[in-house]
Amino acid sequence: MSPNSSAKLLDVRGLTVRFPTSDGVVQAVSDVSFSLERGETLGIGGESGSGKSVSNLAIMGLLNRNRAQVSGEVNFGGRDLLTIPSNDLRHIRGKDIAMVFQDPFACLHPMYRVGDQIAEAVTAHIDVGKAKAWERAEELLGRVGIPNAKSRARDYPHQFSGGMRQRAMIAMALVHNPDILICDEPTTALDVTVQAQIIDLIEDVKREFDIGVILVTHDLGVVAEVANSVMVMYAGRIMEYGPANEIFDRPQHPYAWGLLDSMPSVELRLEQLVPIEGSPPSLLSPPTGCPFHPRCRYRFEPCPTERPPLVAPAPEAHLDACHLPWETKVSEGAKRARSVAA
Amino acid sequence: MTLYIARRLVWTVVVVACVLAITFAVFYLLPAGDPALRFAGKNPTDTEIAAIHHRLGLDRPWYVQFGKFSKGFFVGDKYGWPGLGYTYAGQTSVKSLIIARAPRTLFLIAGASILWLLLGVSVGVLSAVKRRSPTDRLAMGFALFGISTPVFWLGLMALYIFWRQLGWTGGSGYVSPVDSITGFFSHMILPWIVLALLYAAFYARMTRNNLLETLGEDYIRTARAKGLSERKVIFKHGLRASLVPIVTMFGLDIALLVGGAIITESVFNLQGLGYLAINNALQQDLPVVLGVVLLASVAVALANLVVDILYAFIDPRVRYA
Repeated sequence: MSPNSSAKLLDVRGLTVRFPTSDGVVQAVSDVSFSLERGETLGIGGESGSGKSVSNLAIMGLLNRNRAQVSGEVNFGGRDLLTIPSNDLRHIRGKDIAMVFQDPFACLHPMYRVGDQIAEAVTAHIDVGKAKAWERAEELLGRVGIPNAKSRARDYPHQFSGGMRQRAMIAMALVHNPDILICDEPTTALDVTVQAQIIDLIEDVKREFDIGVILVTHDLGVVAEVANSVMVMYAGRIMEYGPANEIFDRPQHPYAWGLLDSMPSVELRLEQLVPIEGSPPSLLSPPTGCPFHPRCRYRFEPCPTERPPLVAPAPEAHLDACHLPWETKVSEGAKRARSVAA
Repeated sequence: MTLYIARRLVWTVVVVACVLAITFAVFYLLPAGDPALRFAGKNPTDTEIAAIHHRLGLDRPWYVQFGKFSKGFFVGDKYGWPGLGYTYAGQTSVKSLIIARAPRTLFLIAGASILWLLLGVSVGVLSAVKRRSPTDRLAMGFALFGISTPVFWLGLMALYIFWRQLGWTGGSGYVSPVDSITGFFSHMILPWIVLALLYAAFYARMTRNNLLETLGEDYIRTARAKGLSERKVIFKHGLRASLVPIVTMFGLDIALLVGGAIITESVFNLQGLGYLAINNALQQDLPVVLGVVLLASVAVALANLVVDILYAFIDPRVRYA
């Protein structure tokens, strides 16, 4: 997070996504700003419906333009992706910014060979023959750790296991050596053992291709392993944003504390896990003040009425959006300190 | 795959045999009068009736009649294979009667099915892509019109306007393409369009709904995420997955029309297979009805087979299952 903007690969400012519906406007993402550097892994955490995925779909221009109103800025390569012509954006998608999705079972077309689907990503942006594109597909399938890549490329998705499909999705994302890889819950649908392999692969790929990675997940454990910086979202807003080691050593926001308390680990027994009471609010009529206050055990007088701004509460602190005094944040945060592997 | 087709063929034969037996039973067990009375003249004597019964084979037990018919079908009779017997009325070969009428129905189905497939699928795709636009509303309005308009009314209106008033097309009746190729087309164009409109409306709605559903799938998002053009996303990724139910319907619709295009055949006086079946059913000419039913059931069974084989080509998951 250097102030030098030239090092920034991606700079998102005030991203807001609204879905007008017959019941009213759903504000899925509100005023989200963050940036990403080359070689950085940004972990975005939060519960379902916190706006993590929608933010990324908005960046990629994958939201239906008839149904979603997107505002703000998404600066990439000196251009604002929200205002460039859709055909230009199409040539950035899959070429400069690639995306891996949550459910590898549903994300590959069931009726085309895996190799075809990867080769298609090649020919979508550059003018090469089919044979060359296939070669590239086989090469990348091998690179992401699929054994016998040459013959497996001729398989259909249903002949692949879940982990292999996710590897194939990653291979597809890498065909044009992108600058940014957005991974939207890449491990959620997979077995635990396979999850670690996929996360390792993403990290390997990040180093080898020197790219920036946005890793969206509701599992803070995954974020803790690999992220350089972490953004915690709730109800479409950023609750806390800072370097990963700081977030895990000294989390500042009660929502982050709640997420850490409810996160299983080797040391904790099941009965020691503390869930966050209640469920995320409806984004049709979000709570006034701090969106988390109805579920917050630390709420006090200003919380229901005044929305806390996203600021650094002390010179040594990172950004959070909470009214609590700095001393409380330090003392409560210290109780949740986790040793971070990364 | 070969084994699969062979197995399906055996089943096809079983199904056809069952249909045959049921049709025979319906006519034999639920008679609407004695067919012999039709050929006996006024005030027939019992001996005359008995003679006719004997000539038509109606004095034999039902299983002998059915056995004779089945034997003729499987090994052939004096008119060759497959033997369908001869009509009660004219004592002529049922097979030759069907062969004479079949081209009319088959030409009708061929032309209409091409029209409705092209029209239905393209209107459906247009509608789905331009969802909720005036184009979509117009197309679905057209579909509603096509579905709710009776064929006999539409057919008569078409004849009145394009034949009687404007003189652009030929009238009712059938002209063989061997006699006059232009006459053939000018007589067939209205039946084709009228029959196709009904089906095109169904296909447009089905294509629209399937495509809209498919376009919501995750793999469509993947296709967009890799930067494919919208045209490729819709036609290559979307339409392919939407095709499966359409292929099923298409196969069955074509097969059902072999004996079921009666209204269109009647309105345009084409005198095809459906017309043949209805006419002879009213006159209790059992062998002719059996012949047409048999042909229609073979068509349905074969269409099913073809559809299943096509499935395997469209969807690899079927191939490996």
